[in-house]
Amino acid sequence: MHGSFARYGKRRCEGLFSNMSDTQQKAKKADWGTRRKGGNFVVHFSGVWINGEPKPSADTLRRDIESEPELETLHLEADHLTSWDSSLLVAVRQLCDWADTQGLRTRLDGLPNGVQNLVALSRAVPENKQTGEDTPDDFLSNMGERALSGYRGLNGYFEFLGQLCIDLFAFLRGRGRLRGKDLLTLLQSTGAQAMPIVALLSFLTGLIIAFIGVIQLQKFAADIYVADLVGLAVTRELGALMAGIIMAGRTGAAFAAQIGSMQVNEEIDSLATFGISPMQFLVVPRVVALVLMMPLLCGCANFLGIVGGMVVAVAISDVTVLQYCNQIQVAVGLNDLAVGFFKSGIFGLIIALAGCYRGLNCGRDASSVGLAATSAVVTSITWIVIADAIFAVMFQILGI
Amino acid sequence: MSNQPATIRVKNLTLAYGDYTVMRALNFSVHKREIKVIMGGSGCGKSTLLKHLVGLERAKVGEIYYGDQRFEPGTSQAEGIRRRFGVSFQSGALWSSMTLFENVALPLEHYTQLPASEIRELVEFKLSLVGLAGYGHRMPSELSGGMQKRAGLARAIALDPNILFFDEPSAGLDPLSSRRLDDLILELRDALGATIIIVTHELASIFAIADSALFLDVDSKTALCDGNPHELLDDPSSNAKVRRFLSRGDND
Repeated sequence: MHGSFARYGKRRCEGLFSNMSDTQQKAKKADWGTRRKGGNFVVHFSGVWINGEPKPSADTLRRDIESEPELETLHLEADHLTSWDSSLLVAVRQLCDWADTQGLRTRLDGLPNGVQNLVALSRAVPENKQTGEDTPDDFLSNMGERALSGYRGLNGYFEFLGQLCIDLFAFLRGRGRLRGKDLLTLLQSTGAQAMPIVALLSFLTGLIIAFIGVIQLQKFAADIYVADLVGLAVTRELGALMAGIIMAGRTGAAFAAQIGSMQVNEEIDSLATFGISPMQFLVVPRVVALVLMMPLLCGCANFLGIVGGMVVAVAISDVTVLQYCNQIQVAVGLNDLAVGFFKSGIFGLIIALAGCYRGLNCGRDASSVGLAATSAVVTSITWIVIADAIFAVMFQILGI
Repeated sequence: MSNQPATIRVKNLTLAYGDYTVMRALNFSVHKREIKVIMGGSGCGKSTLLKHLVGLERAKVGEIYYGDQRFEPGTSQAEGIRRRFGVSFQSGALWSSMTLFENVALPLEHYTQLPASEIRELVEFKLSLVGLAGYGHRMPSELSGGMQKRAGLARAIALDPNILFFDEPSAGLDPLSSRRLDDLILELRDALGATIIIVTHELASIFAIADSALFLDVDSKTALCDGNPHELLDDPSSNAKVRRFLSRGDND
């Protein structure tokens, strides 16, 4: 301790004697001097204790105090404090907390009144040690927790599906309790309002497919078969898939966000207190609207995809409009169209389910609305692609 | 008041989220035409208790009775009991995709066979009760917070309920609006003969309207006392914590 006292003392001596014109400069530095007085250890704060200014190391001071035998009280005082702010409060508070752990009493009466009061106030209510979770945090219990929450999630999903089936049947039998106006608004927003973007993107998709096709087929002088390529690709796969992916991003996310923000605003709760089932009132009309509108959007996507292909075929190869249409008629059968329409209906169901389920299970804050929307899009696109793969195999086996 | 039969009885109710217990062993009853205030510090489970009472949360332990019927969410009996409820939420919780008029009209359309013209008259009357006549065509987002709250109240009384629940009715209102709301609650009690349960910690409201007040204590996780707030404050034998709460800690 004597060594360290000497060190602090030396520093102060340097400040005092090395350069008198520099005194002002040195006084600005936050510092503490220490001395021992019987069982008391006195820490004397001086200088400018302002945030952003350099501060002496607390670790050194703690080591100095620890190295002193038989201390009873830590006495903090400050006579030559130029100015101070929270920076000093934090230092005093930390020193007091540390002294408590060392079994030392602290006396603050040498500090300015403001410092004494604020530090006392900050220590008035003890820190909350309760984290709310008393589950152990090791690998096995984490895994168990996850498995249980996965199981609960799965249960919740089946409950959702079951309830939806019951309510859909009730709706089909004319016993649904939804408002006609809501259904019409939803039909408009998922149908007519989505048409322009679906039309534009499927037109461009048809265009792209035809470009690749024409360039390859020209090598074999088989330009006309671009109609087969575009026709089959669009009607069987791309029309439904493009419409599905666009609607997942556009409408699935909107469903999740709408229902999720209703959850945040307690609107779902208020529906429930009136005995109005959110399932019947919110989910059923959305599912019905999307399942009805998706095949229409798919039809629109089919038509414009084929037109897009035609534009390229006519522009960069010798195929005429009439030849192209004729070839489409030969290549695309009714079953190809039916496959696309059927798939688009299923995709609509997937999108509506994912959106509504994520929305209803949204948390109670703004960020979980964003998460619900994101996960609705991810879930629906994933399941659309999986379903499409299953259908491809299924139709192959069935020979459709 | 207390010679009336109890409308609501709560027996040994425990409120919990998962494994975390919020309140345990709550026992109290509310009489017909009584205004009961549930008070307590922040985070003590006041709103959670209200959610249990209206059936948004299911009780893990304990029973709630309305009249002689046990109230268990999900049963058809509970749906029948629920028809007599009116619930006013903290934020108003208006359905944001509908106009004010449609908000108040929905319960009427859902539960009654009234012709549209009668529903229109009823809705306009309920809106005028909360001072919102002429605002029916507005969307909830076009209203101030206080107006949304009052509109939520108009919706809660749409079906002339005989049990009304309020979650923090005067929080965030200016003193005059808050006063008017208190008067309205008293009027509703007198006119509809309704039983009213209010979650609040606004002392002015508690003293102005409460017939009895239930204090939930966050430290001991149980109800400390149940009685008229004026008597609780004056009676030196009542719990010190409750008197400190009711006097804003002035006696410290």
